Amino acid sequence: MSDKSEKAEAVRLSVFKTYKLFVGGKFPRSESGRVYEVTDAKGKWLANAPQSSRKDARDAVSAARKAFAGWSGATAYNRGQILYRVAEMLEGRREQFVREVGEAEGLSKSKAAAVVDAAIDRWVWYAGWTDKIAQVVGGANPVAGPYFNLSSPEPTGVVAVVAPQESSFLGLVSVVAPVIATGNTAVVVTSERAPLPALSLGEVLATSDLPGGVVNILSGRTSEVAPTLAAHMDVNALDLAGTVDDAALAKELEIAAADNLKRVLRPQAVDWAAEPGTDRMTAFLETKTVWHPAGAGAASGSAY
Amino acid sequence: MTQTKKNQQPQPAAQPKPGSAFAYAPAPESRSVVDIAPSYGLFIDGEFSDAADGRVFKTVSPSSEEVLSEVAQAGEADVDRAVRAARKAFASWSALPGSERAKYLFRIARIVQERSRELAVLESLDNGKPIRETRDADLPLVAAHFFYYAGWADKLAHAGFGPAPRPLGVAGQVIPWNFPLLMLAWKIAPALATGNTVVLKPAETTPLSALFFADICRQAGLPKGVVNILPGYGDAGAALVAHEGVDKVAFTGSTAVGKQIARTVAGGSKKLTLELGGKGANIVFDDAPIDQAVEGIVNGIFFNQGQVCCAGSRLLVQESVADEVLDALKRRLSTLRVGDPLDKNTDIGAINSAEQLARITALAEAGEAEGAERWSPACELPSAGYWFAPTLFTGVTQAHRVAREEIFGPVLSVLTFRTPAEAVEKANNTPYGLSAGIWTEKGSRILSVANQLRAGVVWANTFNKFDPTSPFGGYKESGFGREGGRHGLEAYLDV
Repeated sequence: MSDKSEKAEAVRLSVFKTYKLFVGGKFPRSESGRVYEVTDAKGKWLANAPQSSRKDARDAVSAARKAFAGWSGATAYNRGQILYRVAEMLEGRREQFVREVGEAEGLSKSKAAAVVDAAIDRWVWYAGWTDKIAQVVGGANPVAGPYFNLSSPEPTGVVAVVAPQESSFLGLVSVVAPVIATGNTAVVVTSERAPLPALSLGEVLATSDLPGGVVNILSGRTSEVAPTLAAHMDVNALDLAGTVDDAALAKELEIAAADNLKRVLRPQAVDWAAEPGTDRMTAFLETKTVWHPAGAGAASGSAY
Repeated sequence: MTQTKKNQQPQPAAQPKPGSAFAYAPAPESRSVVDIAPSYGLFIDGEFSDAADGRVFKTVSPSSEEVLSEVAQAGEADVDRAVRAARKAFASWSALPGSERAKYLFRIARIVQERSRELAVLESLDNGKPIRETRDADLPLVAAHFFYYAGWADKLAHAGFGPAPRPLGVAGQVIPWNFPLLMLAWKIAPALATGNTVVLKPAETTPLSALFFADICRQAGLPKGVVNILPGYGDAGAALVAHEGVDKVAFTGSTAVGKQIARTVAGGSKKLTLELGGKGANIVFDDAPIDQAVEGIVNGIFFNQGQVCCAGSRLLVQESVADEVLDALKRRLSTLRVGDPLDKNTDIGAINSAEQLARITALAEAGEAEGAERWSPACELPSAGYWFAPTLFTGVTQAHRVAREEIFGPVLSVLTFRTPAEAVEKANNTPYGLSAGIWTEKGSRILSVANQLRAGVVWANTFNKFDPTSPFGGYKESGFGREGGRHGLEAYLDV
């Protein structure tokens, strides 16, 4: 009996997953109906990923814009709890991501595990930043007059992110988490060659209490989707991390971004395994300074 | 002035009689969500044990005088053992990467959230405070505090204390009974985040939530010796503070004991932070939103039965609106429900101990003897337990003891003023400097008065607001050092 069932198990055909985009908290296929073949590092077929169109990009921007008021208006504490929840959910699906990252990046199981662990810890790192960045980059300004004067950081709005091409998962998490930690919403273009871990991350985000539209994930041809986002007039900022090996595209995108003066974070060589600083957060923050009269006699007269 | 219209004051609306159609039916929280053991030990090096000399003490529910549990009473030998355990644990705990320490603290924060209903009931039972407060204030703040400092553990280089600030070593921490678990969180979270290990002594009347916290440390897998809990009396606190193996002393409690501790550590290298008493002024200007101000006044002095170091225990009200404010205040006080802390409708619970009740009673009697006018709404107090009706003193002068001394109970002293300068003068006329409140619709007045107040926390058009990101602490004899926010890290760093 047991022999039979073991045999039956050995021949069981696995169920493939249809990878889909993540837009507005839902999982649509590309409106264009197009897919492209994704292979592992050795060229073996892994899946057909959606090939996003310009329309998909515009839909994603409008979903991100819609989510911005709620997400930027949430307390920093609440955002921290949700980012931490992402780490909790990822930890539970660690095996899945170790496999997907290993296949996508041609890593051994132990190396892929190290990458996934670092990605989980990166969510924890940024979860802790949500309610601390204001005290690090903001503060009271001692103006020469009887005025209260306080500068506070605020999120800039919708940020389009071209995710790193090589580091398909840790790199992706490292560019998305800092954008949303401070209250921005994001439209992310995944690694073109290795989009699957990113698309699976959408499934994690969807079950982490993250409001729909805060992160929108598009797979496809970087050169097709990124220019639409760079030129989109309802996008406030642009992270060019994934164009580090394509200086011509980076320049083209930065030029397009100038039309509405998007804040642009230029591509640079980054060791994604190293502890990040605050740069990827501050790149997408505005500083708001509030003045208010503090009346006369502002100094305290009595020693006691 | 306040006396002139006295006869025209409307009678406060009486509370509906019990049994009337408009009375509140009891809405008791279930006691069964918490399982209190008949006895507890000291928590040293990850294990519960008896005191070296075998002494124990009883902890009672202040609302019923029922004995809740029998707890081991730490003495000098136990303090020594706990400090050694903390010292031993320090080497590996401080050597952990900050990101790993962070994850322990995140675990603790999450477990506190998960067990918050149980802990809220426990805290209400052991302390006497209303379940509404433990459920809606204490426990959410405890979890948030751990969550907040967890995030700092791997970000200390960004906190403004140099590129690699070092922990101090073993922190000896002594906390009061008014917010037992919250004060524990304020002490332990920043200490662990920065890499210190801890020996904490909870107050003798409220040891239970700290002992439950020991169990949370177990669930979180916290390494042995990183947190040690020593229930006991003042002698254990004194031994801890004086112990040569302690590098950092943090104390929250009375100003008198704070001064003793300052003398004890004088001449040594122990870093000291103190969060002591207060006599907060709540200043109501004539352009204040009166209804909102009345709510703030009530919250300021009757939150936690007034057993709050930052309580707004002196109401300074501008003469022109004094009658209006007092009338509204008395009406509001008449609707406060005093009684069973586990009833979800209760506004005011029990006083924490017979000793504290005696102190409040004595000071209130002194207020009357010195000529202030005493008023309380009609309210029936339970027969068992320690209770004190919400009380107002009017006609109070700055010389009266009820205006000068911290009562630490539900007793509000009302003074009047005519000009903002006079308000500031009176507000600052105290050796304390912890908190103050300002009620006015005029923004520039808020800021100018706030600038002139010698107080560590100033609330404008609100009162008793707390947040882990916001530094809290006093000027003058209310102590020194800040807890909360980026500033709160400094107390536990070698800077």
